[in-house]
Amino acid sequence: MHPDKPKHAFEPKIIAFVCTWCTYAGADLAGTSRMQYPPNVRVLKFPCTGRIDPVFILKAFQQGADGVLVSGCHPGDCHYIAGNFHARRRFAVFRKLLEFVGVDLNRLQFSWVSAAEGGKWVEVVTELTEKVRAMGPMSEFKELALEEQWSGAINTAELKEAYNQI
Amino acid sequence: MSRIGVFICHCGENISRTVDVERVAQQVGRLPGVAFSTDYKYMCSDPGQNLLKNTIREQKLTHVVVAACSPRMHERTFRKAVEAAGLNPFLCEMANIREHCSWVHEDKEEATVKAVEIVGMMVERVKKNRVLPTITVPVTKRSLVIGGGIAGIQAALDIADCGHEVVLVEREPSIGGHMAQLSETFPTLDCSQCIMTPKMVDVANHPKIKLYTWSEIELVEGYIGNFQVTIKKKARSVDEDKCTGCGVCMEKCPVRKIPNKFDCNLGMRPAIYVPFPQAVPNTPVIDRENCIKFKTGKCGLCQKVCGPGAVDYEQEDRLIVEAVGAIVVATGFDLYTIDEKPKGSMIKGYGEFGHGKIPDVIDGMTFERLASASGPTGGRILRPSDGKEPKQIVFIQCIGSRAREKGISYCSKVCCMYTAKHTMLYHHKVHDGQAYVFFMDARTPGKSYDEFWRRSIEEEEAVYIRGMVSRLYQKGDKIVVQGSDIAVGVQVEIEADMVVLATAVQPQKGADTLAQKLGISYDKYNFYSEAHAKLRPVECATAGIYLAGACQGPKDIPETVSQASAAAAKVMALFSKDKLEREPIVARVREAGCVGCFACKKVCAYGAVEEKEIRDRQGNLIKVVAYVNPGVCGGCGTCQATCPSKSVELDGYTDEQIVAMIEAL
Ligand SMILES: Cc1cc2nc3c(=O)[nH]c(=O)nc-3n(C[C@H](O)[C@H](O)[C@H](O)COP(=O)(O)OP(=O)(O)OC[C@H]3O[C@@H](n4cnc5c(N)ncnc54)[C@H](O)[C@@H]3O)c2cc1C
Ligand code: SF4
Ligand code: SF4
Repeated sequence: MHPDKPKHAFEPKIIAFVCTWCTYAGADLAGTSRMQYPPNVRVLKFPCTGRIDPVFILKAFQQGADGVLVSGCHPGDCHYIAGNFHARRRFAVFRKLLEFVGVDLNRLQFSWVSAAEGGKWVEVVTELTEKVRAMGPMSEFKELALEEQWSGAINTAELKEAYNQI
Repeated sequence: MSRIGVFICHCGENISRTVDVERVAQQVGRLPGVAFSTDYKYMCSDPGQNLLKNTIREQKLTHVVVAACSPRMHERTFRKAVEAAGLNPFLCEMANIREHCSWVHEDKEEATVKAVEIVGMMVERVKKNRVLPTITVPVTKRSLVIGGGIAGIQAALDIADCGHEVVLVEREPSIGGHMAQLSETFPTLDCSQCIMTPKMVDVANHPKIKLYTWSEIELVEGYIGNFQVTIKKKARSVDEDKCTGCGVCMEKCPVRKIPNKFDCNLGMRPAIYVPFPQAVPNTPVIDRENCIKFKTGKCGLCQKVCGPGAVDYEQEDRLIVEAVGAIVVATGFDLYTIDEKPKGSMIKGYGEFGHGKIPDVIDGMTFERLASASGPTGGRILRPSDGKEPKQIVFIQCIGSRAREKGISYCSKVCCMYTAKHTMLYHHKVHDGQAYVFFMDARTPGKSYDEFWRRSIEEEEAVYIRGMVSRLYQKGDKIVVQGSDIAVGVQVEIEADMVVLATAVQPQKGADTLAQKLGISYDKYNFYSEAHAKLRPVECATAGIYLAGACQGPKDIPETVSQASAAAAKVMALFSKDKLEREPIVARVREAGCVGCFACKKVCAYGAVEEKEIRDRQGNLIKVVAYVNPGVCGGCGTCQATCPSKSVELDGYTDEQIVAMIEAL
């Protein structure tokens, strides 16, 4: 253990969905340049951000992720011509939906990190880790998952009426 | 039940210094499905690969995870080794515990925990990996070249000389492009026609080149190795097979005063014409808009005088389909017309320089025609307005180029050099004349280029003034040019007889439409984009399509020719195989689930999604489903994330594989 490294009470779990061509390569570059960043992130490689289904993000939160990062090539630089444009539109809508559901959008970050931006990768990962660490564990989805299994008593008038209508 | 083998690499000390590799091997060894796990000093070395191969055989492994460096480094190496041991290469995955772990963390405990998780994730993923077949597609060993400038000509000749057929399509009545218009060429001042026309004749006579001039690309279908191209051969009104090129028709045509575009409208031509005497093919075309026969039904002189009876007023546009395996795009450039803001363009006009209003304000290409021995003045520099020889001439560089506020921020690259050339040509032809050049910088990198530019100042007495022109107006028969010399900090005013503007090099009109037909990308100026600026400069991201010349960005002739030969070499490499192998990361449609909404088709940038009819045994249509052509599919997976019924799946990145990884966390 590094002597001067602070110990935190809570270490968030961050999942990063990245494209092979830009961000994955950018993260590789951070490695070859021996840059340092918090070890909280787990990287999942996709051919293109276009392949990233919003369901994966939900799944990640459900699986206990406290923060999710989605990152690909800069607009216009997509290896697959336009995959990242589709991804961008898809996520714009998806963010709204998450917001509506009540997920704090600070837990979900989108960024463009190119194969040349090892430094930016480090910045993005470090910032997100710190932000999410400050926010504490993500509980919304875990509670939702519990509610799903909930089968408590139907004990108020309103509940009874609602129940009978189904 | 899977028997997974996990191999943890030390990478010398690169990994083992911060990751406790033995502990990783032990912990991962306990995961369900893992039959074997070990750590080794250098997995990528020969002994390391042998260890992998032998263990696969001895332990009867079904899947492999190599935890080492980035898959971008050695995935191929290990997949090859796995294949050599008799396993499908796609049953091997790499866990990146170097670039993404040991190199970016210092704390051994943290790094080890992370490494275990990364490897665990890949173990879960590899369990869901399927055997993927190598995809092969046949290659049609014929090539299409679009554009017959020097780029297209060079590429066509190189490919044809290697014995493969070339279909060369040129929009104008003749090949040659801009180089055919040039007088003499920097940096050696050899006559453009003299070095160009032999190549044009070679194209015409080459047994392997099929030339379509006065033709355009209508439709491009298919994919690398297998394109079908529909070419529109516009009606020429002259039968190319019958015409002998005698030119009698052109002499007899009563319409005489049509400005000739080839001569930048300085010279005139008849309604039936070849753009220039050395045209290839030497077959005239009737300009139907100006022909009396087409306008009024009368005349018909050319048909009467034509000996072989080649003139055919009934000729119609024809569509021809050609099958090719590769496409070279060489559509070149155009000069920016500066008189006004072009319609629909983001670029602002340059009205302040009087182009289009003051007749003796011309552009660089017009100067080339004036200086050309075969041009409208026979090579004499004369003013378009009154035919007098200009004694004071002003050249202004960077008109349009490098002017962000006007909409173009790039450098047109050739203007510094051709302006230096123009001052020399002018000095050779008008001995008592004086040339002035307004310039921002002189950009002359290139072999013998700076020497050439210096010569224009030191030997040919051109006066270079660093600064921009602020105002330009007609005064009597003079053009007053006011500007500043920022080097000495004074205002200068020159009464010029003629002004030559070095206007920006732009892509050809309609470059974007052609790109859309081809499915290739282009930048905001409509220059075509290469797959990689440094390492794949002549290939498009779309497989099987290559770029040559100024359509990709401003270029001079040496660069254009190099790129054209490079594109030809790429085509030859493609044609060196009978079948093409590609990574089997392609999308596949589960037809049972597909509802035929074709959302996938809309998002596919490669045009890989086709419509496929499903019929029963009686031949009744049951439904129309999507079909992904594996030869065309780029493998991005955008369709899969878009499909509302989850009926399309990208091999190698299936939902199952990804969810398995997420669940491993
Ligand atoms: C004023 C001036 C002077 C120059 N002087 C020199 C010099 O001295 N030395 C030097 O090295 N370079 C010089 N250059 C640069 C030189 O002209 C270019 O490098 C060269 O012409 C580029 O060749 P290209 O084949 O790429 O393009 P182009 O010459 O533009 O040829 C493109 C061809 O494609 C055809 N085409 C376009 N669109 C289509 C389509 N959709 N379908 C079918 N065909 C199509 C066009 O009709 C044309 O024939 C000069 C340029 C200018 C403007
Ligand atoms: S028919 Fe047309 S092209 Fe032929 S001579 Fe008459 S005007 Fe000229
Ligand atoms: S069309 Fe007839 S007259 Fe005209 S060039 Fe051809 S052969 Fe000669």
